Amino acid sequence: MSRSYFKPYRVSRRCYSVILLTVSLASGCSSLGVQPWERDLLAKDEMALTSSPLDAALDDHIYFSKEASSGGKSFGGGGCGCN
Amino acid sequence: MQLTKKKSPVNIKAALTLATTALLGTLPAAGHAQESSKVAELSSWDFDTAFLYYSESDRVSAAEAIINAKKTFENDQVLNLKLTIDSLTGASANGATAQPNVQTFTRPSGKGSYQTDKNTTPLDDTFKDTRVQLNAQWTQPLAENYTGSAGIHISKEYDYLSLGINGNLAYDFNNKNSTFSLGLSYFQDTFEPEGGIPVAFASMPSAFGSDENGNKALFDATRLTDSDDKTTADIMLGFTQVINRRMLMQFNYSYSKVDGYLSDPFKVLSLLDSNGYAQDYLYESRPDSRVKQSLFAQTKYHFEQNVIDVSYRYMWDDWEIDSHTIDSKLRVPLSSTSYLEPHLRFYQQTAADFYRPFLMQSNPMPMFASADYRIGEMSAYTVGLKYGMKLSDGNDLSFRLEYYRQNPKNAGYQAPDALESADIYESVDAIIAQVSYSF
Repeated sequence: MSRSYFKPYRVSRRCYSVILLTVSLASGCSSLGVQPWERDLLAKDEMALTSSPLDAALDDHIYFSKEASSGGKSFGGGGCGCN
Repeated sequence: MQLTKKKSPVNIKAALTLATTALLGTLPAAGHAQESSKVAELSSWDFDTAFLYYSESDRVSAAEAIINAKKTFENDQVLNLKLTIDSLTGASANGATAQPNVQTFTRPSGKGSYQTDKNTTPLDDTFKDTRVQLNAQWTQPLAENYTGSAGIHISKEYDYLSLGINGNLAYDFNNKNSTFSLGLSYFQDTFEPEGGIPVAFASMPSAFGSDENGNKALFDATRLTDSDDKTTADIMLGFTQVINRRMLMQFNYSYSKVDGYLSDPFKVLSLLDSNGYAQDYLYESRPDSRVKQSLFAQTKYHFEQNVIDVSYRYMWDDWEIDSHTIDSKLRVPLSSTSYLEPHLRFYQQTAADFYRPFLMQSNPMPMFASADYRIGEMSAYTVGLKYGMKLSDGNDLSFRLEYYRQNPKNAGYQAPDALESADIYESVDAIIAQVSYSF
C-alpha cells in the first residue's frame, strides 16, 4: 500500500488532536492564572515569550535558510531568496 | 527588552529619532513646535540594534544588521519599524556528489566555469548578494480585550523581491490570563536568478564565455524564463496561558501553503553510471506546491533568580518532511545589571520524498528530484552563550556567540563504488557572533 493511502488518516488524526488539545486547554485553563497584583515576575522583560525579538528574527533567518522547517513560533513564510 | 526612558549621553537616539520622524513626515514644522513637546516626542522612540556575523567553515559567510525603532502612542498604539541589511558571500553546495576525479561546472550565469577537486563536495563559490528588508507593524487595542495588528514587509536583493502583508487579532479572557490569537500572512515573491530559470532536469550546459553565438544558444536552450514567482499564505492559531505567578505557556498551530517556483535554480543532481561516475549534471525539479503544518509549544518559568525558556516544534509537510526542534535558554543573573544565557537547540528532519543524493542512469527518471541536503535527512544542534548587561546610562548591551553544526545523513541510498571514499553527507560547521545594543 502506498504512503499516500495513509495521508488523509494521518492529517485527520492530527487535526483531531489539535481540536481536543484546544478544547481541553480552554476549558481547563479558567482555573489557572494570577490576579493582576501577582504579575510582578510575569511583567519582567525576560518573562516575555519573545524576550529578545532581534535574536529571534536573526535565528529565524539562519534556520530558514539552512533547514527545511520554518515558523511555528511566528510566521515562517517567504521573505528572502535564501531558501 | 528593557527600553529605557533615559536619554543617551551620545545623542544617537535623538539623531535617529529625527531621521525616523523626517522619513515618516511627522516632524513638527519649525516655529510651531514647542521645545518641550519636541523633546517629549524625541525621547519616545526606542531603538534596538543588532549586528550578526555568520560564518561556515569553507562555505558561506553572512553579515546582518538590524535596527528596530518602536514608538508607543497614546491609547497603547504601537508602531514598529525595522530595517534589515544583510550581505552574503562564499560557497554553497551545488547538489552534485563528490567524485574520484576533478569536476568542472558551469557558473549559473553561463559566463564561466569552476572546478572541484577529487573527493570534495562541489561548492559553487559565486554566491554574493546584498539584501535590504523593511518591516512596518502597527498594533493597537480594538475593543476591550481585543488587540489588532497589521504589518507590511518588503525585501529586495539582487535577484529576489519579496512583498508581504500580515494581520493578527488577539482576544484576552480569564482576567487576561488566557489569550487566543489568529494571524494571517501572505507573501508574493519574485525570483530573477542570474542566468534565468533552468528547465527541470535539463543538462548543465557548457559555459559560453566569449562565444556569444555558439554555446550561448545552447545555454539559452536550457532556460525556461528569466523569472518566476512564489506565493506563501500562512494561518496561525495561538493560545497563551498564564499558569501561575512563575510560569506561562504558549501553543501555536500553523498552516502554510506555498505555491509557485519552489526549485533552486542553482542546484543540480549528478547522473551516475553503474560504477558511480558522473555522466551528467541535471538541474533539480521540485513540486510547485508545498503544504506545511506545525505545532509549537513554549513555556517560560521563573525560578528564584533564573528564567528558563523551553520550546518544542513539530513540523510536517506534504513533501513527507517531518521535523522536531527543541530550543532552550536559561537566563542566569550574575548581578542586578548583568546576566549569562546559555542556549541549546536540537533539530532533526526526515528527507523529502523526492530527495535523491544522486540519480542513477540505470533507474527511470523520477518526476521530481533534488539533491539539496537541506531537504535531506539531517540532524543539527546549536550551542551558544549570551552575555548581557545594563550600562550606567540605562542602555542594554549584549554579546552572543554560538556554534551550529549540521549533520546530513544517508536516508537509505546505496552509494556506487566510485563514491566509496567520498563524503556524500558532509557536515557543516558554523559560528554565529552577535552584538546587540538597545537605547
